[in-house]
Amino acid sequence: MLKDVTLGQYFPGNTVVHRLDPRTKLVMTIVYIAALFIAEGAISYGLVFLFLCTAVFLSKIRVSALFKGLKPLLIIILLTAFINLFYTQGDVLVSFWIFTITKQGVANAFFMVTRIMMLIAGTFLLTYTTSPISLTDGLELLLNPLKKIKLPVHELTMMMCIALRFIPTLIEETDKIMSAQKARGADFESGNLLQRAKALIPILVPLFISSFGRADDLATAMECRCYRGGVGRTRMKQLHFAARDGVTFGIGVLLLAAVITLKIFSL
Amino acid sequence: MAPIIETRRLSHVYGIGTPFEHCAIDQVNFQVERGEFLGVIGHTGSGKSTLIQHLNGLLKPTSGQVLIDGQDLYQSKEFLRKTRFRVGLVFQYPEYQLFEETVYKDIAFGPKNMGLDEKEIDRRVHEAAGFVGIAEDALNKSPFELSGGQKRRVAIAGVIAMEPEVLILDEPTAGLDPRGSQEILANIRDFQQANGAAIVMVSHSMEEVARNADRIVVINDGHIAMNGAPRDVFSRAEELLAMGLDVPQITRLFLRLRELGMPVDASVYTVEQARDQLLSRKGGGAEC
Repeated sequence: MLKDVTLGQYFPGNTVVHRLDPRTKLVMTIVYIAALFIAEGAISYGLVFLFLCTAVFLSKIRVSALFKGLKPLLIIILLTAFINLFYTQGDVLVSFWIFTITKQGVANAFFMVTRIMMLIAGTFLLTYTTSPISLTDGLELLLNPLKKIKLPVHELTMMMCIALRFIPTLIEETDKIMSAQKARGADFESGNLLQRAKALIPILVPLFISSFGRADDLATAMECRCYRGGVGRTRMKQLHFAARDGVTFGIGVLLLAAVITLKIFSL
Repeated sequence: MAPIIETRRLSHVYGIGTPFEHCAIDQVNFQVERGEFLGVIGHTGSGKSTLIQHLNGLLKPTSGQVLIDGQDLYQSKEFLRKTRFRVGLVFQYPEYQLFEETVYKDIAFGPKNMGLDEKEIDRRVHEAAGFVGIAEDALNKSPFELSGGQKRRVAIAGVIAMEPEVLILDEPTAGLDPRGSQEILANIRDFQQANGAAIVMVSHSMEEVARNADRIVVINDGHIAMNGAPRDVFSRAEELLAMGLDVPQITRLFLRLRELGMPVDASVYTVEQARDQLLSRKGGGAEC
C-alpha cells in the first residue's frame, strides 16, 4: 500500500532524457507548465500533449508508472471535473433536478482534467528521470543569482535534497513499524474516526523517535566530513550544457511561441 | 497431526509492473512442526524475511497457500486476525516499535488487542517480563530510558505476552554483545519449554543456530536449498560456503584438518562434539 507512493522517486536509466542537464530539465518543466496554462483550444493542447508524449517515449518510463502517480490525486481531479461540468454557464445540453450540464461545461471539464493530469505527469517525469542529487545541483545553480539578496540558496537546496533522499527511507520505516504493530494485533482499518486516529499513535511515536535519531546521526556524519554550508564548496561532477540541451531549449521556445501565437489568434 | 504451519507452493513477487519487479520467494513448501526449534538461515536478500512475514499473514502470497493447523490462513478476516496472536512475529531490531509511556503498558499492548481482561493481562505481562529477565521495578519505567539490550527484551516480551503457539524471531540477537545474545537465546528456550511453543529463528550466526535448533532450513535465492537436522546440514559445509553462507568455526576447523589429511568427520558443529570425536580417536584415552 505505502509502497505505491511514488513521490520524488527516481527510476535510473540512460536515455536522452536522463542525460539532459538537470538545469535544462527544470527550465523545460517550467516552460511546459507555462505552455500548459497558456494553451487554449484543441490545437494548443495537442501540441503540449505531443511534447509530453515525446518526452515520455524518449525517457522509456512506463506510462503505467505515470498513471500510478496520478492515483493519489484522483479526488482532486474528480472534484475539478464535477465543478466544471455542473457550474459553467452556457448553452444547456441536459438538465435534471438541480443540475444542468452545458456545452461549455463539458468542454471546460475535459480541458481542466487534461490540464491537471498533464501537469502532474510532466512534473513526475522530471523526478522519475533526474536523481535527487542532480536535481538539487541544478536547482542550486539556477537559483544562484538569489544569493545576491542573501537568500541561503545552498542550505535550502541541501534541505530539499535530504528531504527527497529520505522519502523512501521513511516509507520503508513506516511500513516496518506498521507490520510490527500489526503483528501485535494493532488494527488500523476498523473503528470510528477517533479510534482510527488513536490507532496511529503506535506508528507515529516510534517513527518520530527514529526520525530524530536519524537526523542527529546525519548531522554528525556531515560534521565529521567537515560540512560547513555552501561557502567555498566545489563539486565532483561539474554540470555542462551539451548540444542536446541546446536542441531541447530550442524546442521549448518553439512550443511556447506556438502556444502564444495560437492564443493571440484564438484558434 | 498437521504441522502447525505449512506453506504450499508459496510465491511472492515484489513491485509487479514496475522496473523493480523481483521474485523474492518461488514455490516454497515449508513446514513448522509443533514445539520444535527451527533455525532458518540464508544470506541477505535470500527471501527469508519475506517468507516469515507470510506465516502470520502480514504479506499476502502472490500465489500459493499458507495453512495454519491445516486450515487456510485467508479463509476469513476473523481467522487471519486470530492467527496474528497464535503466530507471534518479532521483527529485526524490534526495539524500534516501542511507543508506550511505560514498559508495562508496552508489553500489555498485544494482550490488550486480544481483548483479554485486566487480570489476565496483568498475569501475562509479569510472566513475559519474567521470561526475558525484566525486573519488576523496571515495569514502571519509560521504555526509552532503558539500554539497547533491555529495550530488545521488552519488545520480545511484548510478543511473548500474547502466548503464541509459534514464536518467530528475525535476527533476535543482531547488534548485541555475545553475553546479551546468549541470555536472550536462553530466554527464548525457556519460553519454548514452559509453553511448548514452536520457535522459528532466523539468524546469520551459524554458531547460534547450530547450538539451538532441532532442524535447519537453508534458503537460497528464494528456494529451500536444504532442510534437515543440524548434523545433516553442516555435513554439506562446502555447499553452504558456495552459497556465500558461513559454517560454525569448529566445522571449518575440521574441514581444514581433513584437507590436511586427518581422517576426521567434518559434520561436527559444536565444540563438545569435536572434543568427543577427538578423544574417541585417541582410543577413548585420558583427558588432555
